[in-house]
Amino acid sequence: MKLDNIYKEEKKSAFAKLSEIIITMASRPSGLIGLSILVFHIILAFISPYIAPHDFKAIDPTLMLQAPSAEYWFGTDDLGRDVFTRTILGGRTALTITFFGSLIALLWGGLLGIFCGLVGGKIDDVVMRIVDAFLSIPWILAMLLIVSLLGTSTEVLIPALGFFYGKGIVRVARAATHDVIAKDFIVSARARGHSNFSIIWNEIIPNVRDAILVEGAMRWSWMLLGFSSLSFLGFGVSPPTPDWGLMISNARGLMSFAYWAVIAPIVGLSSLIIGINLTADAFAKALGIDRSTKAPV
Amino acid sequence: MIFLIIKRILLGFITLFIVSIITFVGTEVLPGDACTTYLERQAFGEQLEACYRRLGLNVPAYERYVSWALNAIQGDFGYSLSGEMPIKDVLGPRIKNSLVLASAAIFIGIPIALILGIITALWRDKLPDVAISTVTIFAMTIPEFISATLLILIIAIWLEWLPGIVIVPTDVSFLELLPNIILPVVAIAMIMTAHMARMVRSSVIQVMASEYVQMAILKGVPYWKMVFKHVLPNALLPAINVVALTIAWLLGGVVVTEVVFNYPGLGRLVIESISNRDLPTVQALAIILASIYVSINLLADLLTLMLNPRLKTLQIRK
Repeated sequence: MKLDNIYKEEKKSAFAKLSEIIITMASRPSGLIGLSILVFHIILAFISPYIAPHDFKAIDPTLMLQAPSAEYWFGTDDLGRDVFTRTILGGRTALTITFFGSLIALLWGGLLGIFCGLVGGKIDDVVMRIVDAFLSIPWILAMLLIVSLLGTSTEVLIPALGFFYGKGIVRVARAATHDVIAKDFIVSARARGHSNFSIIWNEIIPNVRDAILVEGAMRWSWMLLGFSSLSFLGFGVSPPTPDWGLMISNARGLMSFAYWAVIAPIVGLSSLIIGINLTADAFAKALGIDRSTKAPV
Repeated sequence: MIFLIIKRILLGFITLFIVSIITFVGTEVLPGDACTTYLERQAFGEQLEACYRRLGLNVPAYERYVSWALNAIQGDFGYSLSGEMPIKDVLGPRIKNSLVLASAAIFIGIPIALILGIITALWRDKLPDVAISTVTIFAMTIPEFISATLLILIIAIWLEWLPGIVIVPTDVSFLELLPNIILPVVAIAMIMTAHMARMVRSSVIQVMASEYVQMAILKGVPYWKMVFKHVLPNALLPAINVVALTIAWLLGGVVVTEVVFNYPGLGRLVIESISNRDLPTVQALAIILASIYVSINLLADLLTLMLNPRLKTLQIRK
C-alpha cells in the first residue's frame, strides 16, 4: 500500500467519517429501524407545531372522552383535548431536555473521567469513591428530591439530569483513558516534547472519544426513560405542556373506558426509546465497541 | 483472600459513609427545610423557633449529622414529620412488602433469564434467538410504568383476570397479599429477566468462542456435555456481577412500579415522603436503598471471588 494512501485515509473529513458510520449503522436491519424511528421523531418534533390539527390546551367539556373519529384521530382526553395533537407535540419537550441533558452528561463525565485516568493516584481514588457513592443512591430518589425542592423548570431538569446521568460516563472515560495512556504513541509524544495539553487534545481524546460517545448515546435512552418516569410521577414538566409521561399518568385512571388516551402516548414514548436504543446499539457496533456485557448503571 | 474480602467490605462502608454525607448535605443545602414546609404560612417568629427546637434543628449541621449518623447505625432514624411516628416503625412493614415483591421477581426471573440467555446464545442469529431477543429488547427498553400500565389494561381491565390495583393495608399477611402482587411481580420480573437474559447470552457467546471450548469440540466432547461442563460454569461467573448491578439498578424501577400498582412498599414511601417534604424519612430511605445497593454488589463480588479459583490469588478486582 502506498504511503500517501494511508495518509489520505487519516485525513478524511468529519462529514465523510460520519456518513460512513451512518451507512454502516443502516446496513443492519436493527440499526436501520432504530435510525428511521429516531429521524422520524426528530422531524416530527420540528414540524409538529405547524401540522397539529387542534389547539393542544383547548379544553372543551362537551368533547370529553370522545372515541377516535375522523375529526379527532386518536379521540379526546378527560378535558376534551385532542389526543392526536398532544401526542405529536409530546416528544418535543422530552427530546429537547434529554438531548441537552446528555450533552451536559457527556461533557462533564467525559472530562472528569479523562482527568482521573490521567492523574491516577490519590486524587483518582477519592474521585472514584465519590462517583461510586453517587452511583449507589438510586437515581429516582436523587432526581425526585432535587426536582421537588428546586422546581420542575427546564433550567433545573436539564442540569440535574445531565449531572446524574454523567456519573456513569466518568467510569467509562476513565477506563478508556487508562487503556490509552500506557500505549507507545503517548510515550513517543512525550519524548517528542509535546505539552500535556497537546497530548490530551491530539492523542488521548481522539482515542477515547468513541467509547465516550457510545456511552453517551446509551445514556440518552436511559435519561429519556428517567425523565418520562419523573413526568409520570408528576415531578417532570408541568401541565398543560403536552408530555407523554404526564399524558399516560393522567389518562391511566380512565383507561377502562378511554383506552385511546393512554395507548397513543404509550406508542409515542415506547417507539422513541426503542429508536434511540437501537440507534445507540448500532452506533456502538459501527464503531466496533462491544457493550453487550455492560450493566445499566 | 481474607485480606481481599476485608478490603471489599471496608470499601463498601466507605461508600455508605460518603452516601450519608451526600444525602445529609443534599437535604441541608436545598432551599426550604422541614419546619418551613410543615408550618407553611405560619413559618415565622416564635412558632418557627419552637419547631426548630422540637426537631433539634437549632444546633449546627455537623453536630446534627454526627448524632443522626450514630442513631442511624443503631436503626433509629428519628421521627417522621407527617405521621409523627418513629421512622423505623414506618419502614418495617414497607421493607417487608418490598422484599416480598423483589424476591418473588428474582425467584421467577433468574431461572427464566438463564434458560432464555442460554437458548439465545446456543442458537445465535437463528430463529429462536431472533424471536427471543426481539422480545427481550422490547421488554428492557420500555419504561416500567408503560409495561405496568399495559399489564393493568390488558389483564385486569380487558380480561378481568386479576385485580389491577393493590388495595390492602400496609401490614397484611403474605397469603392475603398474594393475588394482589402477581401483576406487580410480573411487571418487575419482565424487565429484570430481559436484562439478565441479554447478559447471560453475551457471556455464553464469549465463552463459546474461547480456545478451550474449541479444543473440547475438536477433542470430540459431546455437544451438551461440553455446554454443561465447560461453557456454563465459566459463562455464568461474570454474569453474577452484572446481574447484581441490574437488580440494584431496578430499585429505581421498583419505585415507579409500586406507584402504578399502589403497592405499599418502600417505593411508594419514597414518593410520599418527598411529596410531604418529610426530609428525615427521605434521608433514612436514601441510606437504606444505598445500603441495599452496596450490599448486593458486595455479595456479588464475594460470590465471584469464592467461585473463581483464579481470583483467589490475584487482586484483579478494582
